[in-house]
Amino acid sequence: MDNIFAYDFMIKAFITAILIAAATPCIGLPIVLKRFSAIGDATSHSALGGIAFGLLIGINPILGAVIFSVIAVLSIEALRKRFGKYSEIATVVVMSAGIGLTAILSGFLKNGSANINSFMFGSIVTISDFELILTIALSALVVFVTLLLYKEIFAITFDETSASLSGIPCGAINTILMILTAITVAVASRIVGALMISSLLVIPTATSMLISKSYKSTLIRSVALAEIFTISGLFISFYLDLRPGGTIVLIGTAVLVITASIKRKK
Amino acid sequence: MNNEVIRVEDLNFNYPDTAVLRDVNFNLMKGDFLGIIGANGAGKSTLIKLILGLLPYETGKITILGGELQDVRAKIGYVSQKANSFNTDFPATVREVVIANLFPRKGLFKRFNKADEKKVDEVLDLVGMSEYKNKLIGSLSGGQQQRVFIARALVSDPELLLMDEPTVGIDAASVADIMDIICRLNKNGMTIIMTNHDTPTLLNAANKLLIFCEHGYEEFVSTSDLSLERITDILAGKRVHKHG
Ligand SMILES: Nc1ncnc2c1ncn2[C@@H]1O[C@H](COP(=O)(O)OP(=O)(O)OP(=O)(O)O)[C@@H](O)[C@H]1O
Ligand SMILES: [Mg+2]
Repeated sequence: MDNIFAYDFMIKAFITAILIAAATPCIGLPIVLKRFSAIGDATSHSALGGIAFGLLIGINPILGAVIFSVIAVLSIEALRKRFGKYSEIATVVVMSAGIGLTAILSGFLKNGSANINSFMFGSIVTISDFELILTIALSALVVFVTLLLYKEIFAITFDETSASLSGIPCGAINTILMILTAITVAVASRIVGALMISSLLVIPTATSMLISKSYKSTLIRSVALAEIFTISGLFISFYLDLRPGGTIVLIGTAVLVITASIKRKK
Repeated sequence: MNNEVIRVEDLNFNYPDTAVLRDVNFNLMKGDFLGIIGANGAGKSTLIKLILGLLPYETGKITILGGELQDVRAKIGYVSQKANSFNTDFPATVREVVIANLFPRKGLFKRFNKADEKKVDEVLDLVGMSEYKNKLIGSLSGGQQQRVFIARALVSDPELLLMDEPTVGIDAASVADIMDIICRLNKNGMTIIMTNHDTPTLLNAANKLLIFCEHGYEEFVSTSDLSLERITDILAGKRVHKHG
């Protein structure tokens, strides 16, 4: 059998995967609990537009993705307020705009389809040194900020009215959460693929919620699960010659389904 | 220094097509217990939300502890009507829900410490929920959840406690327990504003009363010679002269 760690690109792949898997649940938990899971999809489709844009004008596609994702989440936040209880409309509108933009921008790319493709489905094994550093920096930022604001994020996720009554700046914290979501989605789209990032945001958290008995343990276990999914996904995809992103997501889905059915029997 | 905790002056509030509050005036001193009585839709919750700043008032003035609301936030506790209408599948323990309300004492970024944990134990003990500390909030009964939300309001040692029908859905024996706890806090100087459809219970605990009725409201600055019959009359729309 081939030694997986004999390959430089696999070592890089493992480092990025471990970091992304630590960062995504930190964002995924509050998003899922605020019933806002769909934001991952809306943002990732806008991120694709940013990737196409980056490839077109010759800046790093991940940076393009970060810029477009941030614009997307801020638009969602602005639009949400207009629709009151039907705020999910905003998510769908922004997602549609993102898809439209990606379609048009990628039309201008000469041999762009191959490149866009690698972002749709992820290409963890071909990341450059610059992208590795970017991933390390941005993932560390996400983990650091969500831990720093741990009690504030819990409070606004559980009950925004009480949170604002007790003086927590809910607007600012929500905006920070949204921007971190954008960053996470943009960075992770390179690794697991834009079409699959929202599952990495949601599945570890969803699985963890089935087996945890507190907010804290839900968070810790969702990070642990995300690590298990990505690391085992990398191993399996390497030896079976599968696409890593898809393998990671399918392992997660399988574990979620199994956990849910075991829980149900009890 | 005076001991005035809250002063409401000429307060008016309307929803787009419903006039709710007209020229409401009252003030409370430290240690007062104000009961608010009135039919469904009379404007009790609206008044409480105005005091908390959850709704913006059009005209009038509310002064709390001598200052503006944002400066005294940390000194106000609140138990909302149907506090237990949160998402019951939320993965949080009783302890996590209660400690979250210590935010005003901590400020941004600071972590909770031993003293904070002790404070949580103390208030959970007060409402008789200690043994449920590490249970998921969604796994408790409605009345137990309500006790937890009362503990949450108490954890930051508020000087003014606003409670909107805090004993709805709680069994009679527990209502007595909880009113006991609240009255004890009141005797120790906590100012209380409470709405409650259980008029006898409220009349028993409160020393001041606002009764919302057909033509506006009646204020009683003492409840000592107020009878249940009289309150029923006022609620039914029979005019009485202002008291006290
Ligand atoms: N969000 C809203 N928009 C429009 N009107 C409202 C709104 N909330 C309340 N109202 C109206 O304001 C009036 C007062 O409502 P409020 O909730 O203050 O009553 P309440 O005295 O607390 O009643 P209850 O005993 O049922 O709790 C009612 O006529 C109600 O229809
Ligand atoms: Mg009400």
